[in-house]
Amino acid sequence: MSRAETDPLSEKGPGSEAAPAPRAAPGAEAAVASAVRRPSPLWTFGLLRSELVTTVRRWRTLALLGVLAVVPVLVGIAVKIETRGGGSADHGGQGPAFISQITNNGLFLVFTALAATLPFFLPMAVGVVAGDAIAGEAGAGTLRYLLVAPAGRTRLLLTKYATVTAFCLLATLVVAVSALIVGALLFPLGDLTTISGTRISFAEGLGRALLIALVVALSLVGVAALGLFVSTLTNSGIAAMATTVGLLTTVQILDQIPQLHALQPYFFSHYWLSFADLMRDPVYWDDLQKNLGLQALYAAVFGTAAWARFTAKDISA
Amino acid sequence: MDGPSATEREAGDAEQHVPGHAEAGVIATRGLTKRYRGGQLAVDGLDLTVPAGSVFGFLGPNGSGKTTTIRMLMGLIEPTAGTARVLGRPMPRAARAVLPEVGALIEGPALYGFLSGRDNLLRYDAADPTADPRTRSARVAAALDRVGLAAAAGKKARAYSLGMKQRLGLAAALLQPRRLLVLDEPTNGLDPQGMREIRALIRELAADGTTVFLSSHLLDEIEQVCTHAAVMAQGRLVTQGAVADLAAGARGRLVVTTPDPAEAARVLKEQGVADVTADGDRVTGEPPARDLAEVNAALVTAGVRVRGFALERASLEDAFVALTGEGFDVAS
Ligand SMILES: Nc1ncnc2c1ncn2[C@@H]1O[C@H](COP(=O)(O)OP(=O)(O)OP(=O)(O)O)[C@@H](O)[C@H]1O
Ligand SMILES: [Mg+2]
Repeated sequence: MSRAETDPLSEKGPGSEAAPAPRAAPGAEAAVASAVRRPSPLWTFGLLRSELVTTVRRWRTLALLGVLAVVPVLVGIAVKIETRGGGSADHGGQGPAFISQITNNGLFLVFTALAATLPFFLPMAVGVVAGDAIAGEAGAGTLRYLLVAPAGRTRLLLTKYATVTAFCLLATLVVAVSALIVGALLFPLGDLTTISGTRISFAEGLGRALLIALVVALSLVGVAALGLFVSTLTNSGIAAMATTVGLLTTVQILDQIPQLHALQPYFFSHYWLSFADLMRDPVYWDDLQKNLGLQALYAAVFGTAAWARFTAKDISA
Repeated sequence: MDGPSATEREAGDAEQHVPGHAEAGVIATRGLTKRYRGGQLAVDGLDLTVPAGSVFGFLGPNGSGKTTTIRMLMGLIEPTAGTARVLGRPMPRAARAVLPEVGALIEGPALYGFLSGRDNLLRYDAADPTADPRTRSARVAAALDRVGLAAAAGKKARAYSLGMKQRLGLAAALLQPRRLLVLDEPTNGLDPQGMREIRALIRELAADGTTVFLSSHLLDEIEQVCTHAAVMAQGRLVTQGAVADLAAGARGRLVVTTPDPAEAARVLKEQGVADVTADGDRVTGEPPARDLAEVNAALVTAGVRVRGFALERASLEDAFVALTGEGFDVAS
């Protein structure tokens, strides 16, 4: 009595008795497999495309972008309501004095909205996406299938970093475009006055707004690299996101403590608001350069750390 | 499995070295060892050789180190000691050259819940830099069809049942023609019909020349589809070889069906049958060296009413018990 015969799950037909004999012909399988695959170097970018599409299809990404799009709407409406009574919305104190100019020119809502979101909302969104990049895949188990595909660890990490950087730009543009639309709807548009007091045309103002958006996006690549590094340390997407956002908040607070004066120039957020210098005439480049240099340093240091960690890591999730 | 011709061929194949190939096997490990950071020795000095073209069953109870071995073979974790060669090349060093020719299912499927089944496969295929994007959608459709998921391809993977997820995981392993398939418990979560289909699929792939490395703790499954097997226990390799040889290692049992079990047991002992046990009207024991016809004659002479007299073939499970001296699913 064969076990196979009594097994209710066994196949019908002659196949149930004997397992298939191994192929006798040597090299037969080699011939099947090496059926010419000549990959094009361009195919390697398929992963980047897939990564970009997958990232923006995540519900979480869309929610973050939605929040970022709403901020300029709220600021715009608040300014509109506050100035209806006749008083000008003049807030002394911190930040560039863009907000007082919004009622004269809607384009200033772009600068105001970027200044309002850069300290927290934008880097938080980037921190969430970067923190989730590797850890989220590890937690879901999809990382092991990407790696046996084989995505290649360095290639996957570079793809992830490129995607997070693209998200930095996308998030910034969402804020800027939303602000531009709201500004155009609620306030007049026209020539504008720079911080230095000179007048520039609306077209040039628009160009500067675009440049500012670009600088703001570049201001985030340091946080992106930091988040990606944290992401390689854990198998929990939530933990990586929370850690990155926690670090972000901590650094922002430390940046306000006078006793840490000596350290502050090395905080990634220290020169963030220097983008306002692009609204000077002539542009004051000093802090802008320091900011971009600092971001490049963070990207290099944490990018390397992430690479060292990820390429040596045991993928056991 | 009963056919002598198959037995001979498999036995011959176990030691066969494919001429003209430098490699000793599609998978060959030497002293492969993994100690996890916690100190747990998961795999201990594994010497495994998987012959080309075989369907290789990798057996072992829970926690015996099967998945750990597979992770090392796929370059996901670094061995603590020893070497692993897959398709004749060292892992994890040659991962980018080797893995495009290997399809793998490791410790269950993992999917993007917010993507459809089809989009999941498109993503995994895009991760392979040697996969041609021009044929991508056609290959994805073929893979979905092959595992019987064509109708559910547009559904979000989150809404898949366990068996459907398992099938999608298998489809991901079949996106390209492969030389080696590594399947970690591929029928886990499948219904009987699904198990049958997957076994048929494995046979089909093997017939096309793909080597299949299959881990399982279902002995039936291994017996039904595998030509070769290895048995793990507590991180060590207990045995490996052709399935027929492994089963032959354990002797079959003599089974006598009778309404007079007590008398039958006495006579059988007299006739040199060892380890006699009676269970209802079934009396079983290890067959003696002498001619079984004489044993039967002795039973009849003693007035035992014999309803059935048979030699039950040894199963892999018997082989396993004989090898390890313990039941199969005893935790390590
Ligand atoms: N990431 C890990 N860290 C520490 N120990 C681990 C890890 N993964 C597995 N182990 C241990 O290694 C041993 C082997 O585990 P492994 O997953 O390889 O077993 P298995 O044979 O695949 O079992 P199963 O049949 O349950 O799938 C177990 O004792 C387990 O506890
Ligand atoms: Mg396992």
